[in-house]
Amino acid sequence: MVKDQEFLEKKASYCLGLAKKLGATESSVIVNNSVSETVNFRNKKLDESNRSDDLGISITTYIGKKKSSISSSNLLDDNLNILIEKCVEATKNTPEDEFNSLPDKDLLAKEVKDLSLYDDTHIENDQKIDYLKKLELAASNDKKIVNTESSFTQNKSNFILANTEGFCAGYKTSSFTASSVIVAKDEKSMERDYEYSSKCFFKDLDDAGELGKQAADQTIRKLSPKKIGSEKIAIIFDKRIAKGILSTFASAISSSAISRGTSFLKDKVNQKIFSDSINVLDKPDIIKGLGSRNFDKEGVKTDTLKLVEQGVLKHYLIDTYNGKKLNLKSNGRLGGTSNLYFENGNISFKDLLNSKSKSLYITETIGHGSNIVTGDYSVGATGFLVENGEFKYPINEITIAGNFKDMFQHITLANDLEFKYATNSPTMMIEGMVVAGK
Amino acid sequence: MNNFFEKSDISRSEAENIVSDTLSKCDDGELYLENTKSETLLLDDNKIKNSSYNSDLGFGFRAISDEIVAYSHSNEISKNSLRQSSENLKSTLKSVKGTYNHEIPKSNKKYYDNINPIEQKSLNEKIKILNEVNNYLRSKDNNIKQVTANFLGEQKSVEIIRSGGESLTDVRPLIRFNVSVMLEKNGRKESGVYGVGGRQSYDFYLKDENWKSVCDEALRIASVNLESKPAPAGEMKVVLGPGWPAILIHEAVGHGLEGDFNRKKTSAFHNLMGQKVASEGVTIVDDGTIDNRRGSLTIDDEGTPTEKTVLIENGILKNFMQDRLNARLMKTRSTGSGRRENYRHIVLPRMRNTMMLSGNQTQDEMIKAVDKGIFAVSFGGGQVDITSGKFVFNCTEAYEIVNGKIGSPIKGATLIGDGPSSLKEVSMVGNDMMMDPGIGTCGKAGQGVPVGVAQPSILINKMTVGGTKL
Repeated sequence: MVKDQEFLEKKASYCLGLAKKLGATESSVIVNNSVSETVNFRNKKLDESNRSDDLGISITTYIGKKKSSISSSNLLDDNLNILIEKCVEATKNTPEDEFNSLPDKDLLAKEVKDLSLYDDTHIENDQKIDYLKKLELAASNDKKIVNTESSFTQNKSNFILANTEGFCAGYKTSSFTASSVIVAKDEKSMERDYEYSSKCFFKDLDDAGELGKQAADQTIRKLSPKKIGSEKIAIIFDKRIAKGILSTFASAISSSAISRGTSFLKDKVNQKIFSDSINVLDKPDIIKGLGSRNFDKEGVKTDTLKLVEQGVLKHYLIDTYNGKKLNLKSNGRLGGTSNLYFENGNISFKDLLNSKSKSLYITETIGHGSNIVTGDYSVGATGFLVENGEFKYPINEITIAGNFKDMFQHITLANDLEFKYATNSPTMMIEGMVVAGK
Repeated sequence: MNNFFEKSDISRSEAENIVSDTLSKCDDGELYLENTKSETLLLDDNKIKNSSYNSDLGFGFRAISDEIVAYSHSNEISKNSLRQSSENLKSTLKSVKGTYNHEIPKSNKKYYDNINPIEQKSLNEKIKILNEVNNYLRSKDNNIKQVTANFLGEQKSVEIIRSGGESLTDVRPLIRFNVSVMLEKNGRKESGVYGVGGRQSYDFYLKDENWKSVCDEALRIASVNLESKPAPAGEMKVVLGPGWPAILIHEAVGHGLEGDFNRKKTSAFHNLMGQKVASEGVTIVDDGTIDNRRGSLTIDDEGTPTEKTVLIENGILKNFMQDRLNARLMKTRSTGSGRRENYRHIVLPRMRNTMMLSGNQTQDEMIKAVDKGIFAVSFGGGQVDITSGKFVFNCTEAYEIVNGKIGSPIKGATLIGDGPSSLKEVSMVGNDMMMDPGIGTCGKAGQGVPVGVAQPSILINKMTVGGTKL
C-alpha cells in the first residue's frame, strides 16, 4: 500500500532538521511514494503484469542566496545523511543568485481543500483482466484487426511538501487508466490508432466495450490512406491534437521562457494574441480533475487564472524565482498548469466540418516541430480529407506548417469541450496553414 | 563494484535463493539491481541556475513464461520487498510453466573504463568552465541574448542475478556537455544548440579548451538560422550531411527492425526479411562495441554481451535487433540489444549505435546532381509510426540547393518519409562517414536510453519537406 502521511512527514522533518544543523539557512523537501499496478493484454491474452513501488525524496538547501539540490530513491537515514551533507557542501560552493529564495510566506497555501482526487477502491489484477477481456473482445470484431494491445493501470500516490517557513502539506491522489492500441491491415496498408481513458475514480472510467470499439473504429477508418498535394488549406485539429497546441501556448507563457527572453510571447501581456472569441482558463479546483491541485511544487496557492480573455493575454504562468526576476508575484505555477482549457466556441462540431468546402481533419501528428523561440510549427500529420462536411478518405505522409503567431489569430473552436485530460480543447480549426505532400 | 546487499536485511545467498525459487518453472527472468549516481550543473541567463545530485537505487524482478512477462520493481532492497515481488510474479504466471534457459554468452571485452566521471572533477572546476563558456560566447557576438550550458554526469552500476546464482555486472559512465545560444537581430530571434558526450571522463571532452569548439558550433548554427528564409513545401531531392543527420536511419529503419514489433507483426518490415529494402550500396549496422560511445554497452541489460549486428547489407534486410524474449519466440539468438532506461522498466529490444557505412561518392557530387532541393546539415530529433512506416525528422540547419549549388539557409522544417521505401530512394552514398557528437537519447514506450548514430553524406531522390513556401 502507498505510504501514509505520517511516514512521509517524519522523513521530511528529519531532512529539514538535518539540513539546518549542517548549516543551511533555509530548505525545502518533497517526499513522495507512488504504487502502480499494470496489466497488459495482447490479442485477447495476458501479456504482462507490472507492479511498481517508487519512493522519492528531493531536497533543496539555501545558504543565503546560494542554492543546491539533491534527490534520491533511497530513504534510509544513512543515505540521507550523506546526501544532505553533500547538498549543503555543494550549496556553499555554488555562486549566489539574488533571486533564489523560498516563496513569500503570505502566498503559501493556507488550507488544503478536498478536491476528491483519491479513490480508495483497489482493483485486483483479476478485475483488471476482466476489464481488458471485455475491451479486447469489443476491439477484435473486424477481420481487418491484426493486433490489439491494451493496458489497465491503477496508481495510488501520496506526497508531502515541507519547508523551513513552516509549510507542511500533501495529499493522496489516485488514477485508473485504460488504453488500447490497435493495428489493422488491408491489402494496401497497415495502420495503428488508439483510445484511452483516465480518471481519478474507478467508477468514472469509460466502459471497456465502448473504449475497445472506439479504438478499433478509429484504426479501421485510417486504412488505405492517400497522399495529397501541397497547398494552403484549413486544418481541423481533433481534440486530442488541439490540446497539444494549447500546451505549446502554456510553455510559451511560462515565466522561465519569458524571463529568459526565449518565447515568442514575451511582452505580450494585455495584447491580443488570439482571435476575438478565444478564452483560456487554468482552473485548479475542478472536483476529480486530472490536473487539480491545491498548491504548486513550492507550496504557493494555486487560484483560477483566466489566461486569455477575448483573445487578449492576461497572465504569464509564474513561479517564485522567475517572478522575482520579472518583478511579478508567483501565481502558483511552478510545475506548469493545472486543468488548462479553451472555453467552448459557439458552433457545433458538425457546423465546423461544414464551414469550408474542403479541409483537412488531423488525428495524429508526429515529430517535435514546435519552436517556442520563433513560434514556428512544422510536424508530420495523419488525418482525413473533409469535403462539404464529410470525411472523404484518409491521408498520410504529409506535413502541416505555420507560425503560432498567425495560427493563434485564426482559430475557430467548436462547442464540444470535454475533460478527458488535464489539458483540453474543443475541436479546433485553423486557417492559413500550409500542407506539404506530393 | 556496488555491493547491493551491504546495507540490506537480506544476504546475497538469500536473494539468490528467492530468484532461483521464483524462476524455477519459468522460461527466463532475472533480478536486476541498479545504483545510479548522477549530477546536473546548469548555467543559464548568466548564472549557475541549478546544481543537483541524484542517487537512485532499486531493483526490478522479472519472470517470463511463454509470451507472458511479469515484472515488479521497488526502491527497497529488503527481504520483505523481494518476497512481495516474488509473490506478484508467481501469481501472474500461475497458469503457465516453462523451462529456464541458463545459457548466456560470455565475453571479457569492455568498451569503457570503470570510472565515476562525477568525482573526477570538482564542483568548482565545473562551475568555472561553465562561466568561461558564458563569457567566451557573450564576448564573441553582440547579438547573443541568451546562453545556456550544462553538464550531465552519471555512473550507473548494474548487477544481474539469474536463476542458479549466476551474476553479471557492469559499471557504465556517461557524460554530456550541451551549449545552446539565442541570438536576436532586428527583432528576429533564432537559436542554435550543440553538444558532445560519451562514456568517458569530462576531461576527454574539455581538455585544451575543446569546449570552445562546442560553443562555436552552437553559435554558427544560430547565426545561419538568423539569415534563414521560409523553407519550401513539397516533394524534392534531399542531400543529408554526414554524422548527426543519421537520425534518418534511426527513424526510417532502426525502430522498424526491433524484434518486438516484428514478432508481433506490427512493423512495416515484418515480412521483408531477405528482401531489398534499400538501394544497392546501402549497408546499415547496429553496433554496441565501439569504445566509449554513448550507445555502446559491455553487456546489455539482460547480461548478453553486445555485438555489431548487420541489419541491412548492400540493400538486403539481414537481421532484426533482439532481446532474449523476442529471440526465443522468433527462434533466433539475442543480439545483445535488450535495454531498459532503469530498474523501473521492462527490457525491450533497442538500438545502440546505428550506422550507415561509407560508399564512394563525394558530397560535392551529390550537391551538383540536384537541380532543386535542400541540403540538411543538422537535426533536432525525429519520430516514427512503425506500423505505417511513416517517419519524420526535424532539421535545425538546412540550405536550399539551386542548379547544383548551395543557396540560402532555410528555416527549420520537418521532413517526412516512408521507412520501407525511402532508403530505396538513396541514389548516392558518400565516402565521409562520421559519428554523431554523442548526445542522442531514443524514446520508446516511455523509456529513454542513450544511443548513437552515424552515416556518410547521402542523396535521397524524393522526400517531402514540410516548409511553408509553396
